[in-house]
This record gives sequence, structure tokens and C-alpha cells, in this order.
Amino acid sequence: MHRYTTDMYEGMLAETVMLQGYNGDMINAYYARPLGPGTVPGVVLIHHMPGWDELYREFTRKFAHHGYLAISPNIYYRFGHGSPDDVSAKVRGSGGVADDSVVGDVEGSVRFLKSLPLCNGKVGVFGTCSGGRQAFLAACKLDTLDAAVDCWGGNVVQPKEKLTPKQPVAPIDYTKDLSCPLLGLFGEEDQNPTPQQVDTLEEELKRYRKNYEFHMFPKAGHGFFYYDRPAYRQEQAVDGWKKLFTFFEKHLGTKS
Amino acid sequence: MCTGIVETATVSGSGKGPQGWFKLERVNVSYDHPTDALLEHALNIDFVSQKEGPGARVAVELSSESARKLVEVILTTLSRGEAERLG
Repeated sequence: MHRYTTDMYEGMLAETVMLQGYNGDMINAYYARPLGPGTVPGVVLIHHMPGWDELYREFTRKFAHHGYLAISPNIYYRFGHGSPDDVSAKVRGSGGVADDSVVGDVEGSVRFLKSLPLCNGKVGVFGTCSGGRQAFLAACKLDTLDAAVDCWGGNVVQPKEKLTPKQPVAPIDYTKDLSCPLLGLFGEEDQNPTPQQVDTLEEELKRYRKNYEFHMFPKAGHGFFYYDRPAYRQEQAVDGWKKLFTFFEKHLGTKS
Repeated sequence: MCTGIVETATVSGSGKGPQGWFKLERVNVSYDHPTDALLEHALNIDFVSQKEGPGARVAVELSSESARKLVEVILTTLSRGEAERLG
């Protein structure tokens, strides 16, 4: 958790950068980091289905405020540029973004963070909504992550009829390859993932003796962190962020 | 929830976006998170031109009830117009 007193120096740098993502493509990313001496852990933020938007810039700065090198790659980069909602609509109309592309962009983002002299060598991944699913997927497909947070990622338990050439394998089928501790935050009123689907994933995690921590929040549905949407739940969101930062601190360390 | 439910069709006609009128090529109809409408899920309709990039879009986000009304009035209007033209 971020601990500060009113007499502390505090600063932050936040800007867009370019990094090498999937297939060697250069993509843009929003990067924020705290200023000051010492080394800190890193976090990759996978934006949600509504796009690489203002909310994810805020989330990225929030992580920097809490002492992380934070980077949010534009996983929709290859679909062109415009307002986030227009680009998101294009992605939606194209059947979504390919899983391999997202995992490759996360891999490039981890490489970017770990190459920085400011990094303590530990990097986690965080995502909400479709980004939650992709955070779980990346934690299974990559061996360079040290912690993963899946916030209400739908379609981790993905029925066969929902598989597509872009999403050819249900993420749950990769559970045995999960390479780092996992935190899952879910709402009991969510319809994707339903509490039953979360239970199914938990069974699979137990089966492979994975290190995980799940929290099912009452009176919350999908997207309860989003203060600009009707789904926002203040009490659950505050508690969720607290659990999230405690988890990352445990597995990624803090500023040294 | 992210449903990923989308249906698409080729269309012809014109749409007016932020940059003015453009030729439509396709309509994407989805049932998923809206961007602006204060609904958890909406019936989203995007008339687009892929040639002109993501900004060439005419978008609406409707409640399920509104979407059904839209379907009804489109079909009614089409029927009346075609009947008059043929009659």
C-alpha cells in the first residue's frame, strides 16, 4: 500500500512511449512511473474491451502513485487510430483481438519494464473485463511474470461454441501452465463470469495446486471499479483495490 | 460481462459521422458493454466504412426494448413505403 506523509517529496512521469510487441511490431503504450531514487516493481495493465481509454490512463497513474512502474500497452494498435470508442467499435466488429497478439504485447511490455534500471526485476499483470481474461492467459503463456490479477475476466471458462480462430483455446485449459500467483476479484451478480464459472476455475487451480487467492464480492456485478458506469460499487471497489495492492506488494515487493 | 456477441452485414447507403457524410459499407450489431448509455449491456449498432478508418462510424447504443421498437418501426416503414411504391 502507498504510505506517505505530507512532508514527502512526490513526483510522477506519465507519457506515451513505443515498445516492441507481438511479432516484433512497434506499438504505443501509456507509461507512468514515480520519480525519485531506488528500484520499484512493475505492472502491465491490459485495458478493457471499451478500449485504451481515459480510465486506463487513470489506472496506470494510480499504480505509479502506489510506487510501480506501470505500463498499459495499446493492444488495439493494429486496428488503427481514432477516439478510443471508435477503435474499440472497430475491434468489436472484427471479432475482437487475437489472444496471441495480446500475449505478445504483454510479453513486450514485461521486457520493456524489466530492461529499465529502475525496475526491481519483478513485474505483475493486471486486467479488467476482457483484460482480466487476457491477464490470466498471459500468466499461463508467459514465464516472465511474477504475479497476476484477473478482475472479473469473462470467458476464462469459455464454452467450445464461443471459441474462434482469434480465441482458439479456452484460457482455463492452460491452467496447468500458470506460472505465478493469481488474484481474482469477482462480483457475485456477474453473468460472465458467473459465480459457478469462478468455482470451475477454482477447481482447476486446486487440481494443479496453484497459488491463488479469489474474492467474490457481494452485491457487485461486472466492472465494479468503474466509477463512471452504473456497475460501480463504492465499498467493494475500495476493498478490491486494497486487496489488489496487498497482493502485489506481497509478490512483487516495494520500493527499495 | 463481455459477451463478444456481434453480427455483421454488408450494407449500402450513406451515414453522417463527425467528419460529415460518408459511404457505408458495413453494419456491426453487438450486444455488449455500451460506451455512453447508462446500461450494463446495450444493443450497439455501428454503421462503418472500413476504407475511411475507425472514425467513420455512426453509432447508437440502445436498450433491448428500444432496439425491438426500432426493428418494428423499420419493418413497418419499409412495408408502407414499398406498398405505396408498388401500388
